Amino acid sequence: MNGAPGQPPTPGLAGLLLLADSRLPAGGHAHSGGAEEACRVGAISGPEDLARFLRGRLATAGRVAAALAWSACAGAGESTGAAESAWRLLDAEADARIASPAQRLASRTQGRLLVRTAKRIWPSPALATLAREVPDGAHHPIALGVAAQAAGCTPEQAAMAAAYTSVTGAATAAVRLLGLDPVTVHRVLADLPYDSVIAEQHDWSALPAHAAPALDLLAEQHLRTEVRLFVS
Amino acid sequence: MSANHDDHHDAPDGHGRALRLGIGGPVGSGKTALTAALCRSLGPSLRLGVVTNDIYTTEDADFLRRAGVIDPERIMAVQTGCCPHTAIRDDIAANIDAVETLEERFGPLDLVIVESGGDNLTATFSRGLADRQIFVLDVSGGDKVPRKGGPGVTSADLLVVNKTDLAPMVGADLTVMSRDAAAVREGKPVLFTSIREDKGAHSVAEWVSGVVESWRHQHSHSHLS
Repeated sequence: MNGAPGQPPTPGLAGLLLLADSRLPAGGHAHSGGAEEACRVGAISGPEDLARFLRGRLATAGRVAAALAWSACAGAGESTGAAESAWRLLDAEADARIASPAQRLASRTQGRLLVRTAKRIWPSPALATLAREVPDGAHHPIALGVAAQAAGCTPEQAAMAAAYTSVTGAATAAVRLLGLDPVTVHRVLADLPYDSVIAEQHDWSALPAHAAPALDLLAEQHLRTEVRLFVS
Repeated sequence: MSANHDDHHDAPDGHGRALRLGIGGPVGSGKTALTAALCRSLGPSLRLGVVTNDIYTTEDADFLRRAGVIDPERIMAVQTGCCPHTAIRDDIAANIDAVETLEERFGPLDLVIVESGGDNLTATFSRGLADRQIFVLDVSGGDKVPRKGGPGVTSADLLVVNKTDLAPMVGADLTVMSRDAAAVREGKPVLFTSIREDKGAHSVAEWVSGVVESWRHQHSHSHLS
């Protein structure tokens, strides 16, 4: 942060706030990141369970999402932009890191919706290329990274947005489904170690590959549950 | 599930695409019955698609599929994460995606109906999603509902008051409803229906046909090139 008097605020902050806001009209409100199924089977029943669930989600899916968003934002920002085939490669890297087909589908759906929304808010060559190269929808963290670059964010800010949104949707879903005290849940969100899952990414082949089998299983069960309010 | 990625779809402009008709209203007022009735009446003359926003399950979509009024492939269900009004007003991304997917798969279409999940009187469709909207009430909610207003009642392009067959049983005065609706709607149309008795909701279908016809004139495909 540039805190010195007379210095402009850190560039990209406004873009980060807009992207991380749950009001961003990109379909995120209907995804629970496995929380709906976890509530249904009793794995989340109160704030303590939820805190453990979110901590695990951040340390695995959140960490991978942050790394992918960092890479995508950096790639989109290179002077020539990432080569067209590079987007398919990075998307394949994301695919390889999400074991559950249900989670892959949810990630691509959210990515497609985000790209469509971001193209209208922050039109950019990289967003247009990504939409063309991965027409069924790039994975959400990649879409987020490219949208973040278009919004003027740094790769670090893109990674923060990915880490943050990897847990906020699940937290909100638990509030809606279980009637948890929203202030208690925000305290839980405030205590999560976001910084710990963000690291510079320079080599796509060295991206982290943390997995959470429980999240994979919850996502698969959720898709087969008859009564559900959330897409994932 | 791929949507159309051509840039012209990102514009709010309506050229070369179907009219998008939102159908909203409280739980149980007859939105799904009206959607089925419109498919029944308009299916023979218009190319249709339907998007449902079920609250819990795919019940509404399943009802329409079972009713056999439209090719089941042309019905898409959207989940709304406990917030049906968010999906039609504040964050319309999933609904737009579904509408565009239908247009890409089956287009060109004349009419895509987006049926909202049952909500309260404050729910209304975003103009970014619906070109025209119908708000459906029923008489059993009480004859005071039109007077209470709310954006759906006051501003929908058409207000439908359904289940008129129940009026004597619930003590609802249709004259009161009609007078109050006219007062809060400043001349915009109101139709009374009993879809149970008129399976094609013919008066509403006629209104929709007229709207589709004028949409076609204003946004003809020839403007695209």
